[in-house]
Amino acid sequence: MKKEKTKNYIIKPMSGGEAAAEALRQIGIEVMASYPITPQSPIIETFSKMVADGRVNAETINVESEHSAMSACVGSAVAGAKTATASNSQGLALMSEIVYVASGLRLPILMAITNRALSAPISIHCDHSDSMMVRDSGWIQIYTENAQEFYEFLILAFKIASRKEISLPIMVMADGFISTHQLEKVAIFDDKAIADFIGEYNAPYDFLNPQKPILVGPFSVQDSHFEFKLSQQKAIERVPAIFKEEAKNFKKITGKDYKFFEEYRLKDANTAIVVMNSTAGTAKEVVDKLRDKGEKVGLLKPHLFRPFPYKEIAEALKKVKKIAVLDRSMSFGANPPLFAEINQSLAGTRIPIQKYVFGLGGRAIFERQIEQVFADLKKGKIDDKIKYIQ
Amino acid sequence: MAGKLNKQKLAKGTRTCAGCPIPVIVRQILAQTDAPIAASMATGCLEVTTTIYPDNAWGISSVHNAFENAATTISGVETAHKILAKKGKLQSGAEKFKFVAFGGDGGTYDIGFQSLSGAVERRHNFLYVCYDNGAYQNTGNQRSSATPEGVKTETTPLGKETPRKDMMKIMAGHNMPYLAQAAVHNLSDLVVKAKKAFETKGPSFLLVFSPCVPGWGYSPKDTIRISELAFETNFWPLYEIENGKYKITAKPTVIKPVQEFLKTQKRFDHLLKDEQAVKEIQDNVDNGWRELNEMSIE
Repeated sequence: MKKEKTKNYIIKPMSGGEAAAEALRQIGIEVMASYPITPQSPIIETFSKMVADGRVNAETINVESEHSAMSACVGSAVAGAKTATASNSQGLALMSEIVYVASGLRLPILMAITNRALSAPISIHCDHSDSMMVRDSGWIQIYTENAQEFYEFLILAFKIASRKEISLPIMVMADGFISTHQLEKVAIFDDKAIADFIGEYNAPYDFLNPQKPILVGPFSVQDSHFEFKLSQQKAIERVPAIFKEEAKNFKKITGKDYKFFEEYRLKDANTAIVVMNSTAGTAKEVVDKLRDKGEKVGLLKPHLFRPFPYKEIAEALKKVKKIAVLDRSMSFGANPPLFAEINQSLAGTRIPIQKYVFGLGGRAIFERQIEQVFADLKKGKIDDKIKYIQ
Repeated sequence: MAGKLNKQKLAKGTRTCAGCPIPVIVRQILAQTDAPIAASMATGCLEVTTTIYPDNAWGISSVHNAFENAATTISGVETAHKILAKKGKLQSGAEKFKFVAFGGDGGTYDIGFQSLSGAVERRHNFLYVCYDNGAYQNTGNQRSSATPEGVKTETTPLGKETPRKDMMKIMAGHNMPYLAQAAVHNLSDLVVKAKKAFETKGPSFLLVFSPCVPGWGYSPKDTIRISELAFETNFWPLYEIENGKYKITAKPTVIKPVQEFLKTQKRFDHLLKDEQAVKEIQDNVDNGWRELNEMSIE
């Protein structure tokens, strides 16, 4: 009999917000600058208590706005501290100017996003319009399904972002309230295992060097701005290789084989749904139910959205006959963002893809509605118009 | 000593306009501590004239983030320094770092005001310096809330209709340990204030009068004289507020009529024929001076 490995985790009932704070603690985040916003507050509250209790040696900066949260993060990361924040929705919109500065200055800031709709009208509930708004900001973007994934990907994310070859900020998304507030069983891995995985942090700048002063954030004119932007593009293009490498290392702790996306019963599927975050959980239930009835259905759940793994997704979907892409945000007057990327991945193939928009402002989506998507695909009802699951 | 330090901390020959006092102000302030300094700067004249890639006029570590967040950015640097010190991660000599943020009046009174107020309220250990040239000069002289009443700018072609913000009173309302108003013509006064500011534990604030050749409309040779006239007419008194106590740090021997200051700059030209307008400015200056004297200790 094979000897069972000693357990390297403990299971705790916790919300996604608390799990995210555990990730920040285990990474050894040194500065968290943040501004409270629903449904992000459990993250910053939990982390603040950890700091107060001495469970993590860190400083918090309770700033007066999200614009200042990201501004202080930039200062902290320039000065060489491991830096994180958390936000969503209006907060992310307010800080978006500095979101671009963070990537332009190549700062590996970690940001937990608890997806929430954008105003107006104001809503505190989930959709992905906030993180999609900054999808072209030069940050690496990772989407997660539940509290466990949120926790694990935050750790993996910081490692990827802070690798010298990358040195880019990274945001990890989880569905507001759905993943952030409900209690789940979360496996929290050993502090030491995570600390070893994160390893020594190499700051991108040697700013606090009294002997060798440096300037960060110069004024660039026509002869250099283009090159700065190209270097950012080259850095983000290096992410897939580093993702693979670090996911492999991380697997030694978690046992999970994280890829750019999850394929769920997709190998021999005729029809498939592509959907991100918590709704993938509901879709998996539907896939199982239909599979029990003998239907060849499957699911693809993207994790890595920036950079977008076009080739790998094309490979994973190439044998599927019909696809539905379910977006939880709009790109008004154009194709929804996830659909646009999947459509681009499959350009040149004749695979029909139906675009759907669902769940805006926290509108619930039920199994029967996802079943209907599969039923419509089966009937071959595919057209150019967006279908709305209301 | 000061000369050597100046040369190291901000190079001479920056791209500022002829007669611009900003580099003088910055160099004099930075020379007032022997500790290593880390600076942040708001988008504005100072930033665009000292950081054009691949050139760098700074001899200290400096960071430019955006227009409205110089104070918050340095608060992030200062906090990182604090935790890195606590964890023993700083290199030798880095424990003594001082932190300073620079902004123009636009980056201080207006767009950067929230950031500054927040950073001061949180009691970060830093000096904030505002070089006040009374309008958005980097974008070509548009009014700011530091623009005095009556001044003609590109966006107030008939003259500004409202008085300027009293930034010193606003900052004093933060109950910060040290703040002072200074001007470029009196460097001995400025350096004493800068030294005090650097020695302050917690936030400190310097508001420095900084005449602008193209924006105000005068000859480059007159910068210092105009600053001096602002002082001699009580248009720009020199004072400090230390732990809540007001103190006038220099008094004009003879107080000149405000017209002497106004007539040196094109921005006031349209007012000079208007006796009533000049009288109103004079009354405001007199009232301000009286109030300042009442609040001050001898």
